[in-house]
Amino acid sequence: MRGITKRFGAMTANDHIDFQVEQGEIHCLLGENGAGKSTLMNVLFGLLCPEEGCVEIDGQPISALTPRLAYQLGIGMVHQHFMLVNHLTCLENIILGNEPGKVVIDRKQARARVQALSDQYHFNIDLDAPVSDLSVGMKQRVEILKTLYRGANIIILDEPTAVLTPIEAEQLLSILRDMRTQGKTIIFITHKLKETLDVADRITILRGGKSVALLSAASATPEQLARLMVGHDVVFEIEKPARAQGDVVLRVEDVRLLQNAQSTVSFEVHAGEIFGIAGVEGNGQQQLEEIIMGLTRTKGGRIFYQKTNLLELSLRARRKLRFAYIPSDRLKQALLSHVSLQENFLLGNQYDPQYVRRGLIQKKALRENTLRMMREFDVRAVSAQQSAGSLSGGNQQKFVLAREVSKQPQFVLACQPVRGLDIGAIKYVHNVLIRLRSEGAAILLISAELSDIFQLSDTIGVLYKGELMDVRKAGAFDNESISLLMAGRKEAQADETNR
Amino acid sequence: MDNLQYIFSFNIVLTTLRFAIPLTLAAVGATICERSGIINLGVEGMMLVGAFGGVLGTHLTGSPWLGVLFSIFCGGLIALLHAVLSIRYKTNQTVSGVGINILSVGLTVVLTRVVWGTDGISGSVTQLSTMSIPLLRNIPVLGALFEDQSPFLYLTLIIVFAAWFFMYRTKAGLRLRAIGDHPRAAATVGINVRVYRYVAVVVCGMLCGMAGAYLSIVQNNLFVNNMVAGRGFIALAANIFGGWNPLGSFLASLLFAFAQALRINLSLPIPDQFVQMVPYALTLLVLIGVGRKVKAPEASGELID
Repeated sequence: MRGITKRFGAMTANDHIDFQVEQGEIHCLLGENGAGKSTLMNVLFGLLCPEEGCVEIDGQPISALTPRLAYQLGIGMVHQHFMLVNHLTCLENIILGNEPGKVVIDRKQARARVQALSDQYHFNIDLDAPVSDLSVGMKQRVEILKTLYRGANIIILDEPTAVLTPIEAEQLLSILRDMRTQGKTIIFITHKLKETLDVADRITILRGGKSVALLSAASATPEQLARLMVGHDVVFEIEKPARAQGDVVLRVEDVRLLQNAQSTVSFEVHAGEIFGIAGVEGNGQQQLEEIIMGLTRTKGGRIFYQKTNLLELSLRARRKLRFAYIPSDRLKQALLSHVSLQENFLLGNQYDPQYVRRGLIQKKALRENTLRMMREFDVRAVSAQQSAGSLSGGNQQKFVLAREVSKQPQFVLACQPVRGLDIGAIKYVHNVLIRLRSEGAAILLISAELSDIFQLSDTIGVLYKGELMDVRKAGAFDNESISLLMAGRKEAQADETNR
Repeated sequence: MDNLQYIFSFNIVLTTLRFAIPLTLAAVGATICERSGIINLGVEGMMLVGAFGGVLGTHLTGSPWLGVLFSIFCGGLIALLHAVLSIRYKTNQTVSGVGINILSVGLTVVLTRVVWGTDGISGSVTQLSTMSIPLLRNIPVLGALFEDQSPFLYLTLIIVFAAWFFMYRTKAGLRLRAIGDHPRAAATVGINVRVYRYVAVVVCGMLCGMAGAYLSIVQNNLFVNNMVAGRGFIALAANIFGGWNPLGSFLASLLFAFAQALRINLSLPIPDQFVQMVPYALTLLVLIGVGRKVKAPEASGELID
């Protein structure tokens, strides 16, 4: 790709980008959110038409690229949001649009071809299972198989690990290595440094719509990559001042997270402590989040907040206790994406007489406070009337933080607080949590990102199949011991969770 | 005793089948349409236009078979309007469907007056004759299925099977199902979503047109105002109960037709209104029981650019 330029209105998403991939390599396209990675790949796949520049494949310039032509040229793409039809089986999804047979589908031939490919790359897919029954990792394999079935030699993966658990991500990387050995070319879009260094042969870094570097992975360091991505030095270590633990703020006693869990969960979170819950997603994290906030009811067990048992309180009463809640799904639980920022700010504050008096919204106070909070938390938006959905993920999360933290909480429930954020925003969120800790708040952090857990937590608990495997001081765990616990100690069980 | 006798006679099978014909045709049409992701509440109106078209075609040509062809054409035409509104102009599909129903009522009344100069009822035309199949008609009991039946009975059965085969065995059928669930996924593998949707909506209209013709020139020999009388909505319910599947639509239509057959032929010592409610009450009960388990096309009403 030479000199690719693509503008959206006044914004230049790609500014004269040169991008070159060699056959049989894994090429990482690294950059922060909004750096132009996806735009560039959508141009290559023919979904977007660039204003300037051209695409060449094997030295041949290609004009008027469409997805159909891209497939014919051997380019396949796995989108960030899966393009799979839930009601159809894996086989049907894979052959869709390219079915063997004239009018009637030749199922025998279809199955033989797909099965051969699946075996060749060790995908282990049950072709007759409906896609809706599959785990995310499996769905992704179906997507990859779909591109292979169409004869793709160059496969573009857009942020493939964003939705995967660590184990699934590791398996994906090994599949990609396998594919490279068999001669396929892979373009891997990501903003994660570790996996980039793990899997890439070469790395192209985009920043602000420009290509800023082309490196060989062998000689690159994480610090160097981060600096190129962000444009300035990034300090990885977080300064976490030592702090004496205060009184118990939240005490969870005998709460059953999953129906079939063998035991219940009990732990305590103290003032000035960050308690990290590590674990592969789907092991009860969601249930813990919902039980504490009162979104799901549970039988048995108690959760004490200072002296009151939360489980006896309504949601509204719980919110009065100065909780800050950062839900795991920003757009489903924290924000209304079509609604303005100031109205979003009202959520959870709707009983505050400052904002609502005699059933009427006090627009002026609301707007002023929203704007003040947005300034304080560096939320970049044009106005308070802008819809929440029009912000970038990082700014949305800062906005949620601003709203929740403005209540000066004693207790913070932060669920997957950095999911889908770029380095800058992650750092920001971390700093806010550390600040709250310094101010004496008790923080329960639930995160699937181990780096989060390690960098922030004072105490770490590992969740597996609805049970707390172990609770220790942060220093007492290392990467390996925690990984084993997350997999339920034994390797064999690790495979099981993953299926 | 008469009632019991009726229930256990073969007659009820024949009556049920006859009532099921228009429901089935329209329900299969709705299945095809909604599988493409376009919601179609206009089934009732499309049937009404078909019923009128059948009578008009027969009136003009003198041949009821040409009348049937004309009803198919009219149904397809009014469905094309729904397609253009909801695909080209992205109108809310529910509103467009309801609009089609209202338009059809008005349109047929006005045209009846223009053609026949009468209010609410057309002049009578030649009815589509029944047929008997030699040899098969001589089988004991079952022979009745092949004696003096409307050709529509056999056409309907063929259409049900053909629609099922199309949907689950052919390439185009697989693509249609994919479009209703995830149009973007279909588009990214190079399927022309718009074309499929236009064709699906129009085919639905054609089947509804046929269903209407059955009411006007097979069961009757004239057009009466609003003669579809809610059958379009029952067909929609049959489509849902049948799980957006042609065979399911047929079976559900049979069930609703059975309720209708009971309603007409039973004399029970309760107010008639309750008996008349049976098909509708049954529809509700069935949807409460089954409705939650049935998988609707996931992208119903969703458009992509």
